[in-house]
Amino acid sequence: MTAIPNVNKQSALGKLFAGGAFQKILAFASLIILLIGFSLASPNFMQTSNMIAILQATSVNGVLAIAATLVIITGGIDLSVGTLMTFTAVMTGVVLTNLGMPLPIGVVTGIATGAFCGFISGTLVAKMKIPPFIATLGMMLILKGLSLVISGTRPIYFNDTPGFDLISRGSLIGEVFPAVPIPNGVLILFLVAAAASYILSRTVLGRYCFALGSNEEAVRLSGVNTDNWKIAIYTLAGAIVGVAGLIIASRLNSAQPALGLGYELEAIAAVVIGGTSLSGGRGTILGTLIGALIMAVLLNGLRILSVAQEWQTVVTGAIIILAVYADNVRRRKGN
Amino acid sequence: MTNLVEMRGIEKRFPGVHALKNVQFDLRPGEVHALMGENGAGKSTLMKIMSGIYARDGGDMFVDGKPAAPDGPRAAQNLGIGIIHQELSLMNDLTAAQNVLIGREPRRRFGRLDEPALNAKTAEIFTSLNLAMDPRTMVSTQTIARQQLIEIAKALSYEPRVLIMDEPTAALNDAEIRELFRVIEKLKSEGVGIVYISHRMDEIKRIADRVTILRDGAYIDTLQAADTPLSKIIQLMVGREVTQTAPDIPDTSDNAVALEVRGLSRGKDVRDVSFNVRKGEILGLSGLMGAGRTEVARIIFGADPHDTGEILVSGQPVDIRSPQMAVQAGIGYLSEDRKHFGLAVDMTVRANIAMADLTQFTSRTGVLDEAAMKRTADQYINQLGIRTPSDTQEVRLLSGGNQQKVVIAKWLLRDCDVLIFDEPTRGIDVGAKSEIYALLEELAAQGRAIIVISSELPEILRLSHRIAVMCEGRLTGILPREGATQEEIMKLATQTENLADKTKETTQ
Ligand SMILES: Nc1ncnc2c1ncn2[C@@H]1O[C@H](COP(=O)(O)OP(=O)(O)OP(=O)(O)O)[C@@H](O)[C@H]1O
Ligand SMILES: [Mg+2]
Repeated sequence: MTAIPNVNKQSALGKLFAGGAFQKILAFASLIILLIGFSLASPNFMQTSNMIAILQATSVNGVLAIAATLVIITGGIDLSVGTLMTFTAVMTGVVLTNLGMPLPIGVVTGIATGAFCGFISGTLVAKMKIPPFIATLGMMLILKGLSLVISGTRPIYFNDTPGFDLISRGSLIGEVFPAVPIPNGVLILFLVAAAASYILSRTVLGRYCFALGSNEEAVRLSGVNTDNWKIAIYTLAGAIVGVAGLIIASRLNSAQPALGLGYELEAIAAVVIGGTSLSGGRGTILGTLIGALIMAVLLNGLRILSVAQEWQTVVTGAIIILAVYADNVRRRKGN
Repeated sequence: MTNLVEMRGIEKRFPGVHALKNVQFDLRPGEVHALMGENGAGKSTLMKIMSGIYARDGGDMFVDGKPAAPDGPRAAQNLGIGIIHQELSLMNDLTAAQNVLIGREPRRRFGRLDEPALNAKTAEIFTSLNLAMDPRTMVSTQTIARQQLIEIAKALSYEPRVLIMDEPTAALNDAEIRELFRVIEKLKSEGVGIVYISHRMDEIKRIADRVTILRDGAYIDTLQAADTPLSKIIQLMVGREVTQTAPDIPDTSDNAVALEVRGLSRGKDVRDVSFNVRKGEILGLSGLMGAGRTEVARIIFGADPHDTGEILVSGQPVDIRSPQMAVQAGIGYLSEDRKHFGLAVDMTVRANIAMADLTQFTSRTGVLDEAAMKRTADQYINQLGIRTPSDTQEVRLLSGGNQQKVVIAKWLLRDCDVLIFDEPTRGIDVGAKSEIYALLEELAAQGRAIIVISSELPEILRLSHRIAVMCEGRLTGILPREGATQEEIMKLATQTENLADKTKETTQ
């Protein structure tokens, strides 16, 4: 008799831990532990201003990581998110500063540029059957070069466009609740996350994202036009990168054409820490968000404890390996 | 009555293979038309042409008397042609319902999914199949048999007028097969034409109306199933007579025990299992799907841990904690799921065979001796009759049955004393089956101990010297082959614990 509730509890637990949820919980727990650890180590850490700085630092990497998550769930990889971000910023700069167009057109240009480049990557992968790693590696270099060519290797400043810096640095929330002046960049991050999460779980596009990563041939044999859906996913990811481009350009009040390389690896790191499987088919936006936060908290905390920058990089690398290892151990036990 | 589908003079070539030579086939409404032939005869290829997955190189196809050339799965679906593929093609990370209705998800506006409708629609299909399954179940958590049922549900959801089933029963147990046949009868009565491919000869008599036979890519004949004896069909398939009778059982009672397990247990899957196999003996391990046979094999092979119990090899207790240790102890295991565990399908036949024991082909400097690998591969290709243009063909391009032979070749190379074969003839044609039986007998005669797990009772009765039967993780009995009948085995295979308790109570 007494055995019955026991069994129930087990299966409920089992359900909770299924489908990569464990690593999400693990990631979340690590985040909490990091927060507690750092606030014990330094009284400066838990201050509102520092928390906001962490969120601010997360915003760009977080948005890029969300774009990367979409592509990675399909079983692909996107190495071009960093330089594409810069390229969209440069294009926005061209439209706003060089051509003197109004702000909304600049915003649209940035996002449309991202979507267009995503479309190209998607076409290379889906139609021309170039492996995602190669296709986006090529795009990464092409876009890096184009950013430098178009800008003449000089930063483009947005001084002539009043209000551009508010995209990232203003605070709509702060106007309503002065106690929590969360910057717009962070607000945008959460909006993008909510939208991406909705798309993944509730729309056809999201469904095919998982289906493609799970067994592409099976989807194709079911009569689905896998090529077009894949292109759509890469295009969406590109548009999201365009949003990141706007945030960073606004934060720096300039488009810095030499920036961008390396961001793609940080984005992929956040995705992996968040429990998304690099072999495709599994992953969540919430996990990615937590992954990006862990990285930002870690860097911020180590900086407050005056750990040298070089060591911060070492720690990040170790965390990635640990996160994936923990998930593997869990899965082996589960079987 | 016009034919639903008619194919004439169909030609198909792959690099190095003339897969179909002037093949004809027709299908009438409301009939089950069996397509028979050895492994590699071209059955799947012909059906992939009918369902728009391959383009034909020559010939004509008519649907409802009108010329048709479906150029993809979607086009075939629009013509009312659905197919259940030989190889499972499901998306493991999605739920059952998401798989069944992939590509036709009920949608709301702006591409949003209507998940409740999706699940309800799938539940309806499951009910019509008498399949008790929550539509929200993750496919990856299901056994191969249940995944196959999901696949069948998926094909039915298109409400096809032509339904192609490429070895749908390879992974199903008897009850599930009966259920499938019930569905087939229902579809027949609704006027659906069904193409049925299977290597289980008994099924042909049970459901087929007509039989078309292919051999080596060529059309042989189309016959009425009712007035053609099976032996005739087999002869046409193979091109020669196949002996079906079992040889005498050698007396192995004096031989040394090669492998013994005592009180093996693992959770609920395996409970207190004890048995032994002697050198030169073939022990059949029978039972229904999920009886724990594969689990026992995996424990012996070190692929899974066990809670209690002992494993003895040649009388010595061994502590096997990984497949590598099992191989060192002289134990080999051929998995039932060859795609996942048995083969590197993107590599060549030669590479796959040699992979079993690369040290044999490695020089002292660590260089691989390709010439020796080729010799060995060619030897097994001949010995097992593996149908492949050369030893450098990629394994994924072989027909299902021939892939299985590659797995067997791999393990023959390893020269183990104890070999466990898990469903060794699944998806293998009659001719090759008898070759594999002969092979297993030869291996036993050489003094190896063989364990064969099989869900096909005729196979168990044909092959085993002794038959161990499992039910719900327990060993319910061991029968000598002499005098053993299918009924006796089924009785032990369905002797659930409650039943066993009851019989105990009544006898006390
Ligand atoms: N994509 C391909 N590329 C090259 N050769 C192929 C391809 N598909 C099939 N073949 C070859 O064509 C022949 C027919 O294969 P097919 O799969 O149609 O056989 P089958 O009758 O279905 O056999 P089985 O009963 O083993 O499933 C085989 O020799 C096979 O190796
Ligand atoms: Mg086939």
